[in-house]
Amino acid sequence: MSQPAGRSVLADFAAALAGGSLKCVDLTNTLSPDFPVIVLPPEFGACAPFRMEEVSRYDANGPAWYWNAISMNEHTGTHFDAPAHWVTGRDLPSNTVDAVPPADFLAPAVVINITREAAADADFVLTRDFLEGWEQANGLIPPRHWIALRTDWYKKVGTPDYLNMQEDGAHSPGPDAGAMDFLVHERDCVGLAVETVGTDAGQASHFNPPFPAHSILHGNGRYGLQCLRNLDQLPTFGAIIVACPLKIEGGSGSPLRVIAIIEEDAA
Amino acid sequence: MTEPLDKPKRKDPLKRSHVGHVPPAPRSRAAKAMAVRAGQGRFVLQVCKDCAETTYPPRDRCPKCWGELVWRDQPDGATLVAETTVRTSMDLFFRDHLPWRIGTAKLDAGPVAIVHVHGDVADGAAGGARVRLKLCLDRGGNPALFALPETETPNMQDDPQLRTFTANPKHRRVLVTDGRGPVGQAVAEGLIEAGAATVFLGNADPLMRYPGQASIEACEGIETVPLDIGDTRSVAELAGQLGGRVDILVNTAGFTREGGVGFGGKITDLQAGLDIDVTGLMRLAQAFAPAMSGRSDDGVNAAAAFVDVASVYGLTGRSGFAGMAASAAARLTLLAGLKSEMRQTGIRVMSVLTGPVDDEWHQSVLPPKVAPRQVARAVVDTLANGHDLTPVGDIAKDVLARWQADPLLTIREETE
Repeated sequence: MSQPAGRSVLADFAAALAGGSLKCVDLTNTLSPDFPVIVLPPEFGACAPFRMEEVSRYDANGPAWYWNAISMNEHTGTHFDAPAHWVTGRDLPSNTVDAVPPADFLAPAVVINITREAAADADFVLTRDFLEGWEQANGLIPPRHWIALRTDWYKKVGTPDYLNMQEDGAHSPGPDAGAMDFLVHERDCVGLAVETVGTDAGQASHFNPPFPAHSILHGNGRYGLQCLRNLDQLPTFGAIIVACPLKIEGGSGSPLRVIAIIEEDAA
Repeated sequence: MTEPLDKPKRKDPLKRSHVGHVPPAPRSRAAKAMAVRAGQGRFVLQVCKDCAETTYPPRDRCPKCWGELVWRDQPDGATLVAETTVRTSMDLFFRDHLPWRIGTAKLDAGPVAIVHVHGDVADGAAGGARVRLKLCLDRGGNPALFALPETETPNMQDDPQLRTFTANPKHRRVLVTDGRGPVGQAVAEGLIEAGAATVFLGNADPLMRYPGQASIEACEGIETVPLDIGDTRSVAELAGQLGGRVDILVNTAGFTREGGVGFGGKITDLQAGLDIDVTGLMRLAQAFAPAMSGRSDDGVNAAAAFVDVASVYGLTGRSGFAGMAASAAARLTLLAGLKSEMRQTGIRVMSVLTGPVDDEWHQSVLPPKVAPRQVARAVVDTLANGHDLTPVGDIAKDVLARWQADPLLTIREETE
């Protein structure tokens, strides 16, 4: 049964979708054995890469069907971090992917473009001062938004520069504690969405406190989205991110397909 | 004197690859027992426990008194009493390799035996020439006596008859699976020094630097190739490119972590170890064995061997490294299955067993530990001699010897 146009917000949304005035942007990297995973010192447990074993492909193991067995870490490929991922979030309610309120899987995004800074300095640190300056230029960051940190880092996938692992550790941009406190406590963000392999900077183990993005986001029930792509196709304001992690019982995170909905001419 | 092998020309694409055959299979359990010992480089014959008669060929009972026979290491000297050259044969393997020198030798150990004769044993030497016998395995894994000149001669490893009993790396193209670690790097360098034409050296993560990278990449003859034996697609893709050019495959990949079973072990470490050590071996075998089998007797650089480097603790278990030993055990079992399958095709499957390697994962293990160069030498020796099983380092030799004498006692000793 059709709804008359303009009768409700959702009906307007449906009409916009059906009419083509909204478009979807795929923010997800392809899961493949080649996609890099975060590298930790070898004495720690490693992040398992994506693996795929063919079960059958129209052959003796299944004459009419094709399917594969897959394996990976919860934090392999484009993935979602739940609060339980970090020690600071371990005692929070609803802190695992099966318990996260589904309303949080759908949220607007504000895109902060640090492409130029990241290109000039792979160790660029996002600070409160930078964010306040950004707000003066672009407007206030609204509450309950994903903070999408555009670096164009996804363009380095397939090269050593993506993980950028040097003898003194990885080098990639990320926030400091001041920026995270500002975004979480003063701007009430849903989470931090990045194109790098982690929400924290590559050198964040040397920050004080270490790993401020993980620590502050998850300690306050916020989320992380990592290994995204195509943030350069989103407008500064006005995109809706759809990010539904798999419902893994007690899971700390999940690979997922992330899309953004934008207005046709928004980007 | 043996003419040195020329570097083989590139194959004429219009010529059908020569199909490999294997010599007739052994017919008795005693012959298989002799093969097992030959595969370890031993020169053994049976001796009667009752009358002390030394006998050959292998038998179930003493031909003189029906007493029980036991295997004993023997002196390898002999006197050649007759020799001839076979110029025709109904056997498919020998037809492919004629002419073929054979002879009759009076062994210093007692028996008279039919032996294969090296080309450098002088013509007409049957009038009492001294020779040195080698107990070899043929392409089908059967034991055979091979008469060599008493002293080394130039290029004697290049003798065409002898070369069918070995997997000598000279002029062959070798895939070494793990070039990111010190063992794989040392093995690659050792193979180049031994005359390998090319070593394709696997790199599981081409985007990530690794220790030794600069010297490996500068080494002439070594080509790094993307290969992650934990990834079926990666193995299949490399086999698609190189499958027809790999004459010898040396699997040096492995995963070692400390840990117990009920205490201190990690499930994820065991899973990772099994994936590399066991599933990885099967990935390699499924991707490369068929193509290698089709080229097992195709000239100087015919496909020849699949070598696996694994921990000796796969035989016994190991206190403090339970998961590593478990995956090594599964690896050795899988390798035994592959050996059986490949025996039909003329490709030798060989095992090099190591004790603790002197690497970052054995920091808490007391010496003696095995240097990567020792593993490299063991791999080259195994190939050049056509052995089946080579322990490398004092620990592996000791564990293997005790395990052969008393398996259950050795298991207890190594796990407590």
